[in-house]
Amino acid sequence: MTALTTLDRLEAESIHILREVAATCRNPVLLYSIGKDSSVLLHLLLKAFAPGKPPIPLLHVDTTWKFREMIEFRDRATREAGVELIVHVNPDGVREGVGPFTHGAAEHTRIMKTEALKQALDQYGFDAAIGGARRDEERSRAKERVFSFRDSAHRWEPRRQRPELWNIYNARMQPGDSVRVFPISNWTELDVWRYIEREGIEVVPLYFAAPRPVVERDGALLMRDDDRMALAPGEVVREDRVRFRTLGCWPLTGAIRSQAASVSEIIAEMRASRASERQGRVIDFAPNASMEDKKREGYF
Amino acid sequence: MDATTPRELLRLLTCGSVDDGKSTLLGRLLYDADLLHDDDRARLGDPSDFSCLLDGLAIEREQGITIDVAYRYVATARRDFILADCPGHAEYTRNMATGASTADVALVLVDARKGVLTQTRRHSWICALFGIRRVLLVVNKMDLVEYDCARFATIEAEYRALAAAVGIAEVAAVPVSAAVGDNVVHRSARTPWHTGPTVLDWLEAVPVGTEHLDRPLRLPVQRVHRDGQDFRGYDGTLAAGRLRPGDAVTVLPSGQRSRVESLYVAGESAEEARQGQAVTVTLADHIDVARGDVLAAVEAPPDCADQFSAHLLWLAEAPLLPGRLYALQLGTAGAVARITAIRHKVDVDTQEPLPATRLAMNEVARIHLSLDRPIAWESYADNRTLGGFILVDRQSGQTVACGTLDYALRRAANLHWQDLSIDRAARAASLQQRPRCLWFTGLSGSGKSTIANLVEQQLHASGRHTILLDGDNVRHGLNRDLGFTAEDRVENIRRVAEVAKLMNDAGLIVLVSFISPFRSERRMARELLGEESFVEIFVDAPLEVCEARDPKGLYAKARAGRLANFTGIDSPYEAPLSPELHLRNHGQPPEKLAQEVVKYLEQEDPDAP
Repeated sequence: MTALTTLDRLEAESIHILREVAATCRNPVLLYSIGKDSSVLLHLLLKAFAPGKPPIPLLHVDTTWKFREMIEFRDRATREAGVELIVHVNPDGVREGVGPFTHGAAEHTRIMKTEALKQALDQYGFDAAIGGARRDEERSRAKERVFSFRDSAHRWEPRRQRPELWNIYNARMQPGDSVRVFPISNWTELDVWRYIEREGIEVVPLYFAAPRPVVERDGALLMRDDDRMALAPGEVVREDRVRFRTLGCWPLTGAIRSQAASVSEIIAEMRASRASERQGRVIDFAPNASMEDKKREGYF
Repeated sequence: MDATTPRELLRLLTCGSVDDGKSTLLGRLLYDADLLHDDDRARLGDPSDFSCLLDGLAIEREQGITIDVAYRYVATARRDFILADCPGHAEYTRNMATGASTADVALVLVDARKGVLTQTRRHSWICALFGIRRVLLVVNKMDLVEYDCARFATIEAEYRALAAAVGIAEVAAVPVSAAVGDNVVHRSARTPWHTGPTVLDWLEAVPVGTEHLDRPLRLPVQRVHRDGQDFRGYDGTLAAGRLRPGDAVTVLPSGQRSRVESLYVAGESAEEARQGQAVTVTLADHIDVARGDVLAAVEAPPDCADQFSAHLLWLAEAPLLPGRLYALQLGTAGAVARITAIRHKVDVDTQEPLPATRLAMNEVARIHLSLDRPIAWESYADNRTLGGFILVDRQSGQTVACGTLDYALRRAANLHWQDLSIDRAARAASLQQRPRCLWFTGLSGSGKSTIANLVEQQLHASGRHTILLDGDNVRHGLNRDLGFTAEDRVENIRRVAEVAKLMNDAGLIVLVSFISPFRSERRMARELLGEESFVEIFVDAPLEVCEARDPKGLYAKARAGRLANFTGIDSPYEAPLSPELHLRNHGQPPEKLAQEVVKYLEQEDPDAP
């Protein structure tokens, strides 16, 4: 008999991790960010606990700047899956009118994403937060454990990571500590798309090429999703055939010109292209491996 | 590459130090196989400096070294790969073990000018210890030895001898220059004498882990799966063999049998499951199954045991103390474990056995391990899941060690508990009292012994049967062989707790007056004596007060440097977090504090005479 395929092995590993969380953590939650990785994660969550219901709710930290299509998709996908969804918005940020255009990308992300996440975890007392990060996304993530511990201030300390051997995950915590768990750590972007294709998983239509209103700014193609984006002199909104490789806050997420309108066309396009995935993310372009710094502050 | 072709996944470990050009080799592999992203390519300033692609943490880039395991994901036309890139220095043995624990195969790099070195030996031995049986020897920097065929043959022969000695079954060798690009992806014209594979050839051809497929079923239970009133299943990942509905299974350690009624693979109803798959099963009979149990083939179940000989790699900064209790995780099973003996430690560079009483970080030893309950197990060589374990510090929750089971020790099985017809309750009844253990802990000079003495006098006066075990006195007799190192302190407490338990069994109220500075040992005593008996009494006096009192002149000696390992001075005291009684001893007469203890006992046990 031949070996299990790559996707079979990755799927089994992820399900094993999700079940370990359910068996060993007191109050876990799954951070659902609506993107393709979250769609895969939700699919794995349903599989891990079928034929029963997942004993783990979903949490979406809404920055109020997500694409409208994402929010529609979120509400429909979670309703159809029959899972519990908690939505949290940082009320302080809303009161102060924080947004990427007024406060800058870094400040917006810190307040509406990083701080908001900490608020939600503290408010609900979650001790384990499952996320869809993958080690192939970025250099400091390549070294992060599957069970990644945070102190009571939600900080990551890369030098003090627990050794992680075999498929044994030690979830013991001190009071106040919490753990981030990354079940699809070992998946690549291509694995994710192949799995979406194999399992017929639905994703936000923004991943597929379509004519969309875009503005070119600082080398990135931004889709003007609502009228909160003021145009600078000389800027024009043009219709272009684009899609997104990752989804986040729309003013911080660059589109790419593409003809790929289906999952199989995306896979074909990825094989031909050699640009790495996060290049569309404005937030990663701060100096030198800034992801590591952000994570040490508690960014997911 | 066709999207519908099933793809295989190979997990591999790369060993070798920075100087051997390991990062350069990986970079070259990605570059020549045309697998680099454009932005990575752009970051590549000097085309031979591929290592800048791989060292991920800021601290590592600053210091130009690799500290932690980095995972790289590579997909070639034939296969998918997960590369665990591990640091090479001895002080990162623990990180190498992390990478080796999940790897199918390893690449071992050697510099052609230097040949097989101490570190080659160390890396190969750790690979073998953690179950890697197939290795590709990459002899790098062949350009710097003029592609000398004889040099390569010498190194290969030397390495084959080493591999055989440490237990690596299959070795292939390849002459390489990662900097130039010889035999990494492209076969080199400069080594016409090499008939073996290139690095990429080997990676795409070596068999991936299917070793346990034809072995008897092993399914460690991860969790009991309940859904509503009707559904009760068991989740787990198959550690060996196959499983079909209708199969007869034995549940271990209980030994109960049943039949698989229904099977789900990754949540979907299925007719067969195999090693590596995540499944849910339901059983035909209502029997008791819990997380940590193993479902096994009826015709060939694994053994159950609670005493083992094992190899242990110590991962924590604080040293291993034999005798201390740790939490063990093996597969999904948990137990309380004690290292009963360090047989010897092993020099990781030479594999020479060395005598040892403690283990420091990155040291490996052969040990004896004793558990508080039997678990289903197999030797690590047979099954990584049922033979690989970690030890966790019960206070901090940190993972402090990992280990591999070699064989079971039969001592506990042969040494049966003598069933006694007169039991503890009978003896207690004839003494008309509830046996208790009053455990006084606190700094030297805090007043423990004075208070314990007063308490015993009062209990005695009211007709109770008591005994007082005092630290100093016991050290003159039973424990005269023990000193004051951390190891000896652990053993000191273990013996006293065992004696206290015997005396409790005899029906006595036992007063123990010991500094007992460590939380874990007091917890051990509590677990041994039982919650119904154990009363932890914290005699709490500030260090300055104790030092000022200094009834035995010991603080003065310790301060003068003439007494080592003195609690409070150069050895820590871990104060109790939730003692039954907390006596604050400054300015109060000891009689008043003793009265508090007696009052506590009366409230606990109002019917006592």
